[in-house]
Amino acid sequence: MSDQILIETRRLSKYFHPRQGLFPSKRGAVRALEDVNLTIYRQETLGVVGESGCGKTTLGRVLLNLARPTSGQVIFEGQDLSALDHNALRRLRREMQIVFQNPYSSFDPRFSMFRSLAEPLLTHTDLRGEALEQRARELARQVGMPEDALSRYPHEFSGGQLQRMAIARALALNPKFIVLDEPTSALDVSVQAQILNLLRNLQRRFKLTYLFISHDLSVIQYISDRIAVMYLGKVVELITAPSLVEGQAQHPYTRALLSAIPEVHPEEKRERIAMPSKAPDAARPPSGCSFHPRCPFAMDICAQVEPPLEQISAGHWSACHLIHS
Amino acid sequence: MTELLTVENLHVVFQTYAGTVYAVNGMTFDVQPGEIFGLVGESGCGKSVACLAILRILPGHGRITAGRILFDGRDLIQARESEMQAIRGRQIAMIFQDPSTSLNPVFTVGSQIKRIIRHHTRASRKVTEQRALELLEEVALPDPLRIMQAYPHELSGGMQQRVMIAMALASGARLLIADEPTTALDVTIQDQILELLVELRRHVGLSILLITHNLGVVAETCDRVGVAYAGQIVEIGPTSEVLRRMKHPYTQGLLAALPSAQQKGKDLLSISGNVPNGLSVIPGCPFHPRCPRVMEVCWQTPPRLAAANPGEMQHQVACHLYSPEVAQ
Ligand SMILES: Nc1ncnc2c1ncn2[C@@H]1O[C@H](COP(=O)(O)OP(=O)(O)OP(=O)(O)O)[C@@H](O)[C@H]1O
Ligand SMILES: Nc1ncnc2c1ncn2[C@@H]1O[C@H](COP(=O)(O)OP(=O)(O)OP(=O)(O)O)[C@@H](O)[C@H]1O
Ligand code: SF4
Ligand code: SF4
Ligand SMILES: [Mg+2]
Ligand SMILES: [Mg+2]
Repeated sequence: MSDQILIETRRLSKYFHPRQGLFPSKRGAVRALEDVNLTIYRQETLGVVGESGCGKTTLGRVLLNLARPTSGQVIFEGQDLSALDHNALRRLRREMQIVFQNPYSSFDPRFSMFRSLAEPLLTHTDLRGEALEQRARELARQVGMPEDALSRYPHEFSGGQLQRMAIARALALNPKFIVLDEPTSALDVSVQAQILNLLRNLQRRFKLTYLFISHDLSVIQYISDRIAVMYLGKVVELITAPSLVEGQAQHPYTRALLSAIPEVHPEEKRERIAMPSKAPDAARPPSGCSFHPRCPFAMDICAQVEPPLEQISAGHWSACHLIHS
Repeated sequence: MTELLTVENLHVVFQTYAGTVYAVNGMTFDVQPGEIFGLVGESGCGKSVACLAILRILPGHGRITAGRILFDGRDLIQARESEMQAIRGRQIAMIFQDPSTSLNPVFTVGSQIKRIIRHHTRASRKVTEQRALELLEEVALPDPLRIMQAYPHELSGGMQQRVMIAMALASGARLLIADEPTTALDVTIQDQILELLVELRRHVGLSILLITHNLGVVAETCDRVGVAYAGQIVEIGPTSEVLRRMKHPYTQGLLAALPSAQQKGKDLLSISGNVPNGLSVIPGCPFHPRCPRVMEVCWQTPPRLAAANPGEMQHQVACHLYSPEVAQ
């Protein structure tokens, strides 16, 4: 991790408008991202955790310009993505890659693995013929897959095998920044360990920067330098990994997450923070602090005033009224 | 007690351009009535394929070559297709690992879930609608009304997963096969879903075959667990036994590979070598090319499942280290 900034977001928001039949509905828009300000430093791993549906994948897609923000900016190496023309964006695309959550839907079922790996190389490089094949074999090897995997088709792989190939494809163009959207949730823990080691190794070798999305807090704590905790489209806590490990997390949602980690040895389990089960809806976020209907520490002010993201200590930010009480 | 599901010496192969893929190689396990049985193991070791075989929905180039699958005493491998249709969805429901295989992209979530409910209960429109909303709420989905009108691609991964769980519950089946049902969910929601499954087991006696890579989930929900490697079960027994006093070198490797904060900055332990490609059957013990404790006997002689500790038949392991002849 360095202190040079690679990516910055400024008040980044993304809304989706639900339909009622064919027509846009009068019901509220889904606020997948709301006013997100994040800084990602070169060569760091920024971990992202949060409720399912809180906007993690949307954040990754907007950062890579795969989806347009509703408002706000993404600044990559000092350039505002929204100000770039088609060609500049195409060049930038090489620098930024994504590994999707669902490995099955990220490959074209009609293409062999070789063709899927070759495609970005054909579009963006001069590699052809034997050199192209060699690069594809090298990529397969880098993720621990046998070379004969290249002649097989997506449906012939298990979820985990396919995820390795997805990582291989993301590496093909030697990118600077990779969004890893739950890259190991389809893998068994031993393959997961190999992939995590591989990702760390590649990060050192190629000076990569990662946005690492995961629901597995032990993975997040292990791999990340800093961790952003999201709830209903907002970052509610930003904390360094060492502080999180030392139990410094302040936000009640972060603490609830930590307490719900399923443990192999249940006697090691932290005390469970009980929460009402009703999941929130991004189309109608609660007033004030959006966590208040589920928060065991909610106070009167929480339903009325939205807590701002405030600095607690160096590298540690949290959005919760408890900070002041 | 008699088993609800018995899988015995199951073999499944696929014919592919690259050659024959030996996906399941003699898998044996059972699920008792009202039990939650966990199945863990290497990516690609045949867990999902075994489930497809149980429901007899293997793709065209896949074939069951040996074994028996008894459901409630009936051999599903011998059953006619019409009998299987009555079993699928009604007696055995499945939550697939890949949401896109069970969610149709061109229909709204609501129409899909309501079709299942009507198919199984023949209830009126109004009752069906009500039941659909209830189910979506049970799986902790926010704003069921919006979800009903949404198309699958408009939902996040975790939301799609919960829709599938709701659809499986809509059927009122006796056995639920859940292939990685909670991987896309945050731990607080995962917790709720698992609690819901445990509830259903307690109240309606649902039996569950739960496939997961998350050993913590196994520890917290499963009564027994089977560890699979290269299409076979290599260790099986009560969850606490297998996770605490694991015997098989592969199981030991799995537990050692769990990441933790203490290992930060260091490489994680992983099992060396590559995942077998399935294109040949490994002679002897399937784990021998990667096993840190491999012996000569392991190259040729396949170890059988046998008691892990003398006199204790519940916990079984397939490894020569524990067979009396080899251990002098
Ligand atoms: N294409 C779309 N159209 C409409 N709504 C969408 C679309 N994509 C996402 N959403 C909505 O935006 C919200 C955030 O979705 P997103 O996929 O970013 O969540 P996530 O945090 O990645 O969740 P998960 O952990 O389940 O993958 C959800 O409420 C989802 O329904
Ligand atoms: N349709 C298919 N055609 C050819 N081979 C297949 C097919 N489906 C699966 N396989 C192969 O069968 C083996 C077992 O796959 P399976 O999907 O059952 O693994 P799994 O244990 O579920 O793995 P994961 O944990 O990664 O989901 C793998 O080697 C896979 O490549
Ligand atoms: S602001 Fe209030 S409701 Fe929100 S997390 Fe803090 S204490 Fe809970
Ligand atoms: S049988 Fe031999 S190779 Fe197989 S797990 Fe046991 S010691 Fe290792
Ligand atoms: Mg997502
Ligand atoms: Mg599988």
